[in-house]
Parts: sequence; C-alpha cells; structure tokens
Amino acid sequence: MPDLLLELLSEEIPARMQADAAAHLKKAVTDALVARGCLYEGARAVVTPRRIALSVHGLPVASPDVKEERKGPRVGAPEAAIQGFLKAAGLTSIDQATIQSDPKKGDSYIAVIEKPGRPVPEVIAEIVPEIIRAFPWPKSMRWGAASVSSSSLRWVRPLQSILCTFGPETEDPEVIRFAIDGITAGDVTRGHRFMAPGDIRVRRMDDYLTSLEKAFVVADPEERKRRILADARNLCFAQGLELVEDEGLLNEVAGLVEWPVVLMGTFEESFLAIPDEVIRATIRANQKCFVVRDPKTGRLANRFVLTANLEASDGGRAIVAGNERVIRARLSDALYFWQTDQKPLPDFEDKGKPLDQRMAKLRALNVVFHEKLGTQGQRVDRIKALARHIAPLVGADPDLAKRAAELAKADLMTEVVGEFPEVQGLMGRKYALLQGEHESVAAAIEDHYKPQGPSDRVPTDKVAVAVALADKLDTLVGFWAIDEKPTGSKDPFALRRAALGVIRLIIENQINIVLSSAFVFSMKELIDSLLNWQKPAKIEAAFIEQGNPTEEQAIHEDRAFLVRHDKVLENDGTTLTFHPVVGPYQTGPQTRVSLLSFFHDRLKVLLRDQGQRHDLVDAVLASGEGNDDLLLVVRRVEALAALLGTEDGRNLLAGTKRAINILRIEEKKDGRAYDGAPDSALVHDKGEPEERALFALLQSASAHARDHVAREDYAGAMKALAELRPAVDAFFDKVTVNAEDAALRENRLKILAELRAATATVADFSKIEG
Amino acid sequence: MSSSHLPPHMRPERSFQGLILALQTFWAEQGCVILQPYDMEVGAGTSHPGTMLRSLGPRPWNAAYVQPSRRPKDGRYGENPNRLQHYYQFQVILKPNPPNLQELYLGSLEAIGLDPKLHDIRFVEDDWENPTLGAWGLGWECWCDGMEVSQFTYFQQVAGIECAPVSGELTYGLERLACYLQNVESIMELNFNGREGAEKVTYREVFLQAEQEYSRYNFEHADTAALFRRFAEAETECRALLGKGESGERHLMVQPAYDQCLKAGHAFNLLDARGVISVTERQSYILRVRELAKACGAAWLKTEAGGAVA
Repeated sequence: MPDLLLELLSEEIPARMQADAAAHLKKAVTDALVARGCLYEGARAVVTPRRIALSVHGLPVASPDVKEERKGPRVGAPEAAIQGFLKAAGLTSIDQATIQSDPKKGDSYIAVIEKPGRPVPEVIAEIVPEIIRAFPWPKSMRWGAASVSSSSLRWVRPLQSILCTFGPETEDPEVIRFAIDGITAGDVTRGHRFMAPGDIRVRRMDDYLTSLEKAFVVADPEERKRRILADARNLCFAQGLELVEDEGLLNEVAGLVEWPVVLMGTFEESFLAIPDEVIRATIRANQKCFVVRDPKTGRLANRFVLTANLEASDGGRAIVAGNERVIRARLSDALYFWQTDQKPLPDFEDKGKPLDQRMAKLRALNVVFHEKLGTQGQRVDRIKALARHIAPLVGADPDLAKRAAELAKADLMTEVVGEFPEVQGLMGRKYALLQGEHESVAAAIEDHYKPQGPSDRVPTDKVAVAVALADKLDTLVGFWAIDEKPTGSKDPFALRRAALGVIRLIIENQINIVLSSAFVFSMKELIDSLLNWQKPAKIEAAFIEQGNPTEEQAIHEDRAFLVRHDKVLENDGTTLTFHPVVGPYQTGPQTRVSLLSFFHDRLKVLLRDQGQRHDLVDAVLASGEGNDDLLLVVRRVEALAALLGTEDGRNLLAGTKRAINILRIEEKKDGRAYDGAPDSALVHDKGEPEERALFALLQSASAHARDHVAREDYAGAMKALAELRPAVDAFFDKVTVNAEDAALRENRLKILAELRAATATVADFSKIEG
Repeated sequence: MSSSHLPPHMRPERSFQGLILALQTFWAEQGCVILQPYDMEVGAGTSHPGTMLRSLGPRPWNAAYVQPSRRPKDGRYGENPNRLQHYYQFQVILKPNPPNLQELYLGSLEAIGLDPKLHDIRFVEDDWENPTLGAWGLGWECWCDGMEVSQFTYFQQVAGIECAPVSGELTYGLERLACYLQNVESIMELNFNGREGAEKVTYREVFLQAEQEYSRYNFEHADTAALFRRFAEAETECRALLGKGESGERHLMVQPAYDQCLKAGHAFNLLDARGVISVTERQSYILRVRELAKACGAAWLKTEAGGAVA
C-alpha cells in the first residue's frame, strides 16, 4: 500500500513552536484523509529547525466510492419544491429519483447520489494546500515579492520548498504536483545549511531519513535529544564530572540544531564564587548551554557544554573559544550583580541591612502589584499582618513570620533577580543568611512561593508555612475582591494554583485553620490598605488603546519596556511614582462563600487525583458542618471511605439512603418535615420491637457520633454509626413505615429523620453513590 | 569571498573602519545604494528615512548605510566595556526581501572573515518591535559562536501600516562585531584604523572623551525645560508640515515633517535619560511620537517614492 511523504522546508522555525507544528501537521493531514474516506495504517511526523516532515503509510490508491441518499419532498408536492430538490441533488428529471414508501408519512422522493472515489494523490493535492494556508502558527508572517498582496501565503518564517511524494514501497513514487504562492511541490529537499547545502532527491520516509543523515541532518527531534544527551554525558564523564541535566534546555537546544555537535568549554575558576544557581541561570538563559557538576564536591565545575550545529574544520576550537568569550562576559556581569546585591544600596544606606534597603526601595518606587490591589509595598504589609495572624495556628513564632514576610519580596529589587527572575526567592534566602537572619526566616523567603503546582515541594518549616499561606490567601482574597476569578481555561493570575497551594500546605502539614475567618481578616487588611492608597489617576488611556492586534502587541511591548525602564532609572537614583487605578471591590459575605466554594472545587480535584471518590467529598461537603476547615473535610472523607469499605458501612449506607428516600417522598407528599423528636411513649406503647430497638440505639449512637465529631475523631464517629446497621436492617425488614395509624406513621418517619440527622453529622449520605 | 586580498590595515578583523568598508563593499556588490548616515540624532538605524519611510509602499528599494545610534540612557561615562550612548549600526534594507536573503547575509559574514565552516552560525528566534515607530517584524538574532552579531527582521508593519511588500532588514552591531573579530574585551580597545605602532588609532582615542562629555550632558546637564519645549515645538511643527504638505491626493512635505518627528523622539530620549518623565507620562510621550511616525508614514504613501500614482 502506498505512502505519503510531505516535507515543508523553511527558514529557521523557533524552537518552542516545532513540536506543536509537527503534531498539528500530522493531525490535520490524517484527519482530512480520514474525512475523505482514506484510512491509513500509521503516520509519523518529525521536525528540525528548518523542516517539518510527515509520512502517512498504508494509504489506499483511491478513496472509496460513496453513496449518499438525499431525502426529497413527498410525491405530489408543489412544483417549486420538486424543482428545488432536483437542483440540490443535481438531478435533471424527477424520474431519476426513487420513491420511498412509508406507511405513516406516505410516499416521498429519494435521490441516490453516487460519488465515485478519487485517486488519493488528487485528494492530497487538494487538502495539503488548504492545511498549509490555514496552519495555526502562534505568529506568522508574509515575505518576498508575493507580499505585495495581503492575501499572500503566511508561514512562521519564509517557506522555501515543499516535497510531496506518494507511492508504494516497490516503485518510484509519484510527485504530487500542487503549487502555493509560486512554490511547486517536488521530490527534492536540501541537507545541512553549511555542510550539505545541495539538492537531495527523496522517495519516501525511510530513504528521506537516511539521505538526510548523510547530509548532516538528524530529522527526528528525539534522536537529536538522545545524541546530545549521550555525547554531553560522555564528555563530562571523561573529565570525571557529571552533566547537570535539564529537560527544558535539552528540548530547546535540540530545536536549534539539525546536526548536533556537543563540545565542552571552560571558564575561570574565580567565577565559582557566584552561587551555582546563578551560574546555571546565566549560562542557560543567555547561552543555552548546560552546566557541569563535580561529583566530589556536589558543586558546579568551571565547565559548560555547548551544542553546535556544525562539524567545524578545526574540530570546534574556534566555536569553543567564541562561546567561552561570551560566557566569560556574562559571568563577569553575574559576579558583579551578586557582589553589588550584598553592598549598601545608594540612597537607601540608612534603611537597615542590605535586603531591608532593597525592600525600602521597593516601597519607595511604588511598584504596582496590580492596578486595583495596590503596590508591592502594600501587599507586603498585608502579608505581614496575615502571616503574624496565622503563625499561632500553624505553630510558628509570630515575630519570625512577620520578619520573613517583610523580607520575602525584597530580592525583587536585587540585580541578580532583575536579570534572572527564575532565582527569585532563592536569592532572597542566600542574601538573608548572609545578613544574619534566622534560618527559618531565610527558609521562608525562599519557600513562601511554594508549592507552585501539584508536584512541587510543600514547605514544612512552620514560619515558611505561615508566610506561604499568607501570601496565597492575600492573592486569592484580593482577586476575589476585584472580581477577577478564573473562568474556563483562563486563569491569568494562577489562582487555581494558589488555592491548591493553600490546600496542600494545610493538609500535608495537618493544620486546622478556619478559612472563612482567615478571609475576614485578610479582607479587612485589604480594605485598610486600599483606603490608605493615594488617589487614582488614569493610566488606562496610556495602556488600553483599542485597536488592531498589532497595536496591542505594541502596547504589550510598552509595558515590558516600562519595567526595564524603571530599573535603569533607579540606577540613576531617581524615584518614580506610579498612580494606580482603583475600582469597585467586593468584600461581602457572598465573596467569602464564593471563595470557599472555589477551595472546595480545588479540594475535590486534588482528592479525585489522589483516587478518592468524588461523591464522598460531595457528601461530606454537603453535610455543611466544618466545611471551612479543609483538614477536617479530608479526615471525614477518609473516615467515610473507611466506613464504606466495611460490610456494616455499606449496609448502613443502603438503609440510610432508603430512609432518606422515603422521607423525601413523604415529606414532599405531606408538605412538611419530620424533624421533631419521636414520641417515645408511643414507640413503647404501640411500636414494633424492631422500632423500639432502633429508637433506643439512635439516641445513644447519635450522641456517641456527635461526641466523636466534636473531638475530630471521625473514625470513632463512623464506628458509632456503623453500630446502627443491624437495627436499621431489622427495622426495614419488619416495620411498615406508612402505617394505617397516622400517629404511628408520623412517629416512624421521625425515627427515620433521626437516622438521617445522625449520619448527617459526618456526611450527607444521599450524595453517596451505590 | 574573503578579506585576504586586502592589505592588512584594511582587513575587517584588524580594523574597525575596515569592517565598515568590507560591509559596504559587499552590499554595494549586491546592488544596494550606499547611503551615508542620516544627519540627525536617531536611536537606531531603522529610524533613518532610508529604512523607516522607504520600507513603505510598493517601490523596490535596496540600501545599506552606517548609522550612529544615540541612546542617551545607555551612556556609562565610557567606563562600561560594552555600553555606549553613541555607537554604530550597519543597516541593510532590501525591499522586497530577495528569496536568498539568508544566503546573502551569510555571504556578508564571510566577507568580514567569519567562515561558516569554522564558526557556528545560528538563527535564534527574536521578534522585533519598535513601539515609537509603530513597527514590528519577525526574524532572528543571528548568533556566531554563541554571540549575537546581527538582527535579522522581516518587517510586517511600519508606522502602523502593513508592509506590502515586506522588506528584509539586517542590523549589524558594529562595535560588538569588531570586538569579536579583533578579539578584544572592551570596545575602547578596538583598533580603529588597522595600523600598528605609532600609527595605530584606537576607538578610545576617537570616542572616549565624547562618551564622557555626552554622559555628563545626558544625565546631568541637558536643559530639561528647553527639551520639553523642543519636544512640543517639534510635535507642533511636524503636524503643521503634514497639514501644509497636503495637496489633494498627494503629499509634498513628508521628509521635513519626519525630521521633526525624529527631533521629538530625541528630545524625549534625553528627557528620559534625565529622569524627568514619570512612568505614566512616559507612555503618553511614546504614543505621541508614534502618532507622528504613523502620520508621516501615511503621508509618505501619497508621494512618488511612496508609490502614489500620478
């Protein structure tokens, strides 16, 4: 069966876009083929900085014939309807239609349209140009003489050639001829830009890959990654060193070369005075090189690993020397930043230790956190107050928590973090230790951003926990107050992550904290800090100019520019003021309810991911008690799951659900609730033995359960409830709830209501499935 | 083509002026008009009317030139090895971009002594935007052995106007490139004239004093009241000239108007360096210059060179 080979050769595709582009090409082409009835056996896409290639194998020679039926009007319909049908179905006379009989609707016309199959090359020549024209690049461009027309082809960078062949393994394939904007598809590609720039004729994927390999192109990105990693490890091993592996960097580097040549360079040992993380950030971000560790010390070695795209005629000496030169200059800058950050800050020398001086500058600059939520300085003040408030709840020293919160954001003003935002927090910790802060304070500065996601480390130091909670709660409360909640896939302020962070901090550190009262405290801080804020001025006019996308891009650049600009101005010792915009704030009880339910949703997601049944979480949350203490919620869910793991538990559930069902029906019928206490005299005088037994047991079991709940002993509460099981079973076995005697019926319903109430102390059993 | 046929003092790897001459020769051979620097203070080679205006409209245009770039805020009193408030860019503009622009660019690197069989040349994603000119394009930073040596851009929009056709723009940072070729660590150490011994003239001898003087001026002494005035005057005059130049379907005075736009831009850059423009105001100044640039671009399309039909 024939294969399709398609290659789109262009100027250099940005590394970050390559994988998505290959995946899209594969999906778009195979989907379009299948939509036209052309099934295939397999497909494979590869990508390099200069080409995306796709092979679809096991295709038919032609698409299948298709028979379509089109329903027409009934026999005897008005002429206009008949004519319309003929036109739509492509018939010339109604005689060409068949008549379908239906006993109910009568006879009607049916047109059978036969579409003969088409040769697959024809199908490909039709779909590929469409796919190329509609290709969803994150950013695309026009180029060359054709760009006189605004409808000229758009691609990520100029598209240079298209290769498209189709044929079975045993024969020379056919070149599928189509043209887009003057580029005609052929069977020719080119090799490495410098080492094999000539034309290469290709037949199908297997000889495509081998021909390219000979022409110094490794088309498969996974293979490039594999070679880079293996060569880099070997180079390090030969020196008694080890590579610091970095998946993100490896992906990027593999997207910058067609023929990876891995080389090792050296820098002066004196640069090892810079913290490892900063060396790594410098070398990684600016030069896209790997760093190397010395296994004897666990620290970085004065080496780096670069990936060139060339087997140079001098064995790479010039390439290594050039890269060393650039890295030397970069590390000189980094060393300068690291040393500067430890020195007094001009104009702020009298504001305490180095980090305190930086914090003073952050306040003085009025750097805005969010235009409606005030400055970074105001935010730090709120976090301080909240961290101090939370500290006793998590067992942290309130003064240390306050100190850590004061310094938590100070490193944003350091030179190193200005250059490498990814080391924020970490640098704060290092500078804090250098200026003699308590270890917990230093740890909290680094860890208060954590956890950043479901797999990130959760801080355990109590001071860090207090500050981490305060930081996230202030964020969540603030954005809820200005009604910037996540919607659908949009969560620009990463609020889901913040809420998940709070939940993990609470659960993994086993902290009892009543969220709604923390919200109240945090809201109050927010309002106070906003009331003290300077009067707003209009900056919207400058930022928000409605216009075309390019205008927006330019404005976006202005913003980025603005941040860079502030830094330079600061260096010149000038203080800036920034006037924020204030808007309506929502700080009432509904906002707290909405935020709590957001936490509940995140908790459900987390517990579900941990394998907990979502209906159990719903049942516990629906019971309505203690819902704003998430640790209690989790414990109740766990206890409930344990209960339902037992025979007694499952039967109790069945009995309780039956009781709840009966109650629902009867309460609806009677238009009243049966919540009052049953008449015990009536139970004793007229009740069945099973009824008396359940009644008696309910009194003690629900008292026990409540007692256990009060002590947060949910396993105990469940056990107390489970003891009800035989009595519940016996009751339903022998007792008729809807008795003839109205008083007896009411009393029995009230007994069931007591069962409902007793189980509701831990969960709403009606929400539990099964 | 390599530089080995040149006398030693003219070779781009030994002489700063040799580098400029080699690039000029190379691009002249490709059919470019070799322009001279624009005689006004501009922040980048792109602002030269030879790029900014000529990249608009349908008429073909191939030019190359050196442009001194004034970046008042980047001055460091001559003390930073890599930062100057005045430096040179070599600018190439080809409209429409020829299909082999990448090959031509690589040829220019060979012409200045960077052999692509010996050096690792790479095209690394970098999308270019200039908010004050209302311009953006897609392209790359061109790396040689890990160092950025040029900017390569396919203009998509200039002065807020879609480019039709698209121009290819190459910008070589000459000082940085020369440091690499001459293997020196500081711009001031560059050999300017390629001579040795007593005849040798360094970049320091030519420019250090200027860097010191202009840094004092830019940061400390520029008369801010006068600059604010000059900004406003230039803005007013630009608009007035754009108005007076209107002549039916045509425009008769775009380039004088554009000069005023450049004057306003430079006054703004100086005010910015003096730190007298707040962040809020800064945005509005950038927008004001952009509006002038856009109006000049729109007027350019009504001129003969801008492709207007008689």
